[in-house]
Amino acid sequence: MHAFIRLVARDVRLTLREGGAVSTALGFYLVVVAILPLGLGPDLNLLSRIAPGVLWVALLLAALLSVERIFHNDLEDGTLEVIALGPLPLELVAAAKALAHWISIGLPLVIAAPILALLLNLPANAFWILLLTMVTGTPAISFLGSVGAALTLGLRRGGLLLALLVLPLYVPVLVFGISAMNAVITGPASFLSSYLILCALTLATVVLAPIAAAAALRLSLA
Amino acid sequence: MADTPGFFGRLANPTFFLKLSGAVLPWLTGLTVILMLVGLYLVFFFAPPDYQQGETVKIMFIHAPSAWLAMMGYSIVTIASIGSLIWRHPMADVAAKAALPIGACFTLLALITGSLWGKPMWGTYWVWDARLTSVLILFFLYLGLMALWQAIEEPSRAGRAAAILAIVGSVNLPIIKFSVDWWHTLHQPASLTRLDAPAIHPSILIPLLVMMVAFTALFFVLHLTAMRTEVLRRRVQALRLTQVDAARAGEGARA
Repeated sequence: MHAFIRLVARDVRLTLREGGAVSTALGFYLVVVAILPLGLGPDLNLLSRIAPGVLWVALLLAALLSVERIFHNDLEDGTLEVIALGPLPLELVAAAKALAHWISIGLPLVIAAPILALLLNLPANAFWILLLTMVTGTPAISFLGSVGAALTLGLRRGGLLLALLVLPLYVPVLVFGISAMNAVITGPASFLSSYLILCALTLATVVLAPIAAAAALRLSLA
Repeated sequence: MADTPGFFGRLANPTFFLKLSGAVLPWLTGLTVILMLVGLYLVFFFAPPDYQQGETVKIMFIHAPSAWLAMMGYSIVTIASIGSLIWRHPMADVAAKAALPIGACFTLLALITGSLWGKPMWGTYWVWDARLTSVLILFFLYLGLMALWQAIEEPSRAGRAAAILAIVGSVNLPIIKFSVDWWHTLHQPASLTRLDAPAIHPSILIPLLVMMVAFTALFFVLHLTAMRTEVLRRRVQALRLTQVDAARAGEGARA
C-alpha cells in the first residue's frame, strides 16, 4: 500500500511540475465551452437547457487530451519497466497511474466546471449537482482512459486511435451523468436512480479497468 | 491435452482447420442459398402487407436478421477473444479478426435499413433513441477494433490487444439488450422472444424466422471463408519472409 501511495504522489507531482499539463487541459476546456455559444447563438434559455451536456462533453474531450500521457513518458524513459519489475503488481501500478491522472487532471477540470457553467447560464440549483455528478463520474473517465492508453502505448497515431477506442466506452458515464443533472433541473425523473447508476459505473470501472490496462501493459513490455 | 488433443485442440492446427472448413463450406453455402431463396419467396409472396405499415414492413425481414447478426457477431468476437487470451488458441485469434468486418457490415445494414423504415413510419431517418444509439456505439466498437488490428503490425500482439478491447467493449452488449426496457423510448421492445403470447402473426413470423436462419447461415459462410483467407494470408506472409531471408543469406554468401 505504501508503494501504491508513493507512486500516486510521484505521478501527481510530475504532472503538476511538468507545467502546461494541467493548464492545457483547463484552457482546452474553456475554449470548447466558450466556442459553442458562438455556434449556437447567445440565447440564454437554450444555453441553460444544454449546459449539462456541453459541460460534460467538453470535460470528456479535455480529459481525453491528456489520457495518452498516463503511461507514455514512463515508457519512453524506461521507468515503466523498472516499476513493472518492482514489488507492486502491474494491476495496482495501472490503478495508481489512473488515480494520479484523476487527481492531477480530472479534479481541476471538475473544479473549473462551475465557473464555466456561469457562461452557459446553468440554473443556480444545479451547481452542487454539477460538482457532485462530475466528482463521481470523472474517475471512470480516467480509469477507462488508462485502458485505452495502455492499449495504444507506443503506436504510431496512438492519440487519434485512443479517442476512437475510448470514446464509445464513455457513453454510459455521459448518459447517466447528464440524466442525473437533468433530473434536478427539469424533473420529473428521479435524481437518485440515475446518480446511483453513475456511482455503480464508476465503482465497476475502478475495479475492472486496471485489470484490462495491466493486461495491455504486459503486451507492450513483453 | 498435449497427448490427446480434443476437438478444439486439434482445431489449433491450421491445416486441420482448412481441411474441415473446406469440407463443411460447400454444404453450408448450398444450405444458405436454399434458405435465402425460400425466405425471400415467403417474404414477397406469402407474408401479407401490414394494415398500417403497408409494404414497408418487408424491410423488417432484412432489418431484424441484420440486427441479430450485429449482436451475434460481437458475441463471437468476445468469445473468440476470451479463447485467445486464456488458451492462446491460434484459430481464436483468426476467428475474432475475421468476424469484425462481417459484424460491422451487418451492423451498418441494420442501421441503414432501420432508418429507411423509420422515415415513413416515424417520420425521420434518425432518432436519438436508446436502442439506435447503442447499436451505433456497437458499430463504433467494431471500427475501433478494426483500427487497432491495423495499427499493430505483429499479428499476435494485435490479436491480444484487440482481445482485451473486445472484452472491455462487450459490456456494451447487455446495455443494448436491456436499453429498451430501461429507457422505453421509440423503438419497440423485443417481440420475438416473448413465449407467453405470440405478438406476431404466423404469416409474418414464419418468413421472419426463415430469414433469421438464412442470415445466420450466411454469416457463418462468410466467417469461415474470411477465416480461411486469413490463414492463407498469414502463410503467404510467412513464405515471403522466408524468401526474403533466403535472398539475404544468398547475398551475404556472395559478398
